[in-house]
Amino acid sequence: MSISTAFHDKLNGACTVPLQAHGLEVLQVNLGYRCNMECRHCHVNAGPDRKEIMSSENIDRVIDIVSGNGISTLDITGGAPELHPEFTRLVREAMTAGCHVIVRCNLTVLLEPGMEHLFEFYADFPVEIVASFPYYREADLDRMRGAGSFAKSIRVMKRLNQMGYGVPGSGRVLNLVYNPGGAFLPASQCSLEAEFKNALEKHDIVFSRLLSLVNMPIGRFRDFLVRTNNYDAYVKRLADAFNPDTLAGVMCRQIVSVAWDGRLFDCDFNQMLDMPIEPPYPGRLEDFDYDMLANRRIIVGNHCFGCTAGQGSSCGGAID
Amino acid sequence: MADYYNDEDLARFGEIAKSNPDLFRKFMAWYEASFTPGLLTKREKVLVGVAVAHAVQCPYCIDAYTKACLEEGMSMEHIAEAVHAASAIRGGASLIHAIQAQNAADKISL
Ligand code: SF4
Ligand code: SF4
Repeated sequence: MSISTAFHDKLNGACTVPLQAHGLEVLQVNLGYRCNMECRHCHVNAGPDRKEIMSSENIDRVIDIVSGNGISTLDITGGAPELHPEFTRLVREAMTAGCHVIVRCNLTVLLEPGMEHLFEFYADFPVEIVASFPYYREADLDRMRGAGSFAKSIRVMKRLNQMGYGVPGSGRVLNLVYNPGGAFLPASQCSLEAEFKNALEKHDIVFSRLLSLVNMPIGRFRDFLVRTNNYDAYVKRLADAFNPDTLAGVMCRQIVSVAWDGRLFDCDFNQMLDMPIEPPYPGRLEDFDYDMLANRRIIVGNHCFGCTAGQGSSCGGAID
Repeated sequence: MADYYNDEDLARFGEIAKSNPDLFRKFMAWYEASFTPGLLTKREKVLVGVAVAHAVQCPYCIDAYTKACLEEGMSMEHIAEAVHAASAIRGGASLIHAIQAQNAADKISL
């Protein structure tokens, strides 16, 4: 079975123009693919043996860009971005320049040897923490992320709560990210959030919001789909659930994604698929041009069904 | 004869309309209305669906409603609880008939 209707066709049916950026508010920076974990759903194929890492020169360029443009938010991801030796410098300088900083944190990295300083750092520099916590049942989460991950995540969230993260009225944000534990679509973000809140209350943990994400058929998750003969059915499921209302809110319209090597992409997924921003738009950090990028044409493919299925999916959770 | 149950056949459900389109259309309208959220949420309804699917032992419905439960954010633990509840009713429904046996025996016993 192959999917009969490609994303281009659906897009042409839904709008009269190609998908275009609509401003540029967020610079999402991938510091590298190294991670202390090897989650089964990872679209980055991240793990302890990955060597890709952003250079100091590129970190300097990122700091320059977020200090001098209309970009209001720096969204830092990886791998586990905290493992980058210059992670704290990047956060500190971006925040000092007045930028809102989001860190996509896997929680467990804060318990890694040599990473103890991060709690104190996060106490002094209140970033928005967006933490991967794909399910509230231990067996399901550990199956996706490795044995012991649930217990470690609970320990870290308790410490973050003690520092005010996720506590109403504190101004310190701890958002959690749900993604399905297999080849199926996520439930409604709203109902899941209520369920997660209820379940985590039993551990005396609070959090700000739950973001519900679709698993992208890329990286290690794609390998799983192919290995288990679920790929075609899953991609068809995404395509069948295409919702044109989500097109206005897909994240590529507001962000530019920077790879560890300084190349520019429309999103982290295009980065993993090696589909960079194409000329005449700037393709590298050193050529960064805010106005051009804020009005660029977006490179789409069938993986974009992952962002536009059902309630939609972006780095900020459901769209619709 | 090959296998009676093939997972590809689930997607062929609509072919049943061929022999009686009118009844099939009425069935589908009723089916869809029954699963539209009302006083019960979609989540509650798919849980009823998975429980009944086990009670009537329909492999197609078990496949479809297990997926539906996962897509409603439930886990195998939720599904297992629902299947136990359905099975308990099934077991109890058998067991209560022992009273019939008792009645029958009483009727002809000294
Ligand atoms: S999903 Fe996140 S935490 Fe898990 S391996 Fe990938 S980058 Fe690391
Ligand atoms: S994968 Fe999503 S964010 Fe990336 S280009 Fe496609 S629609 Fe945009």
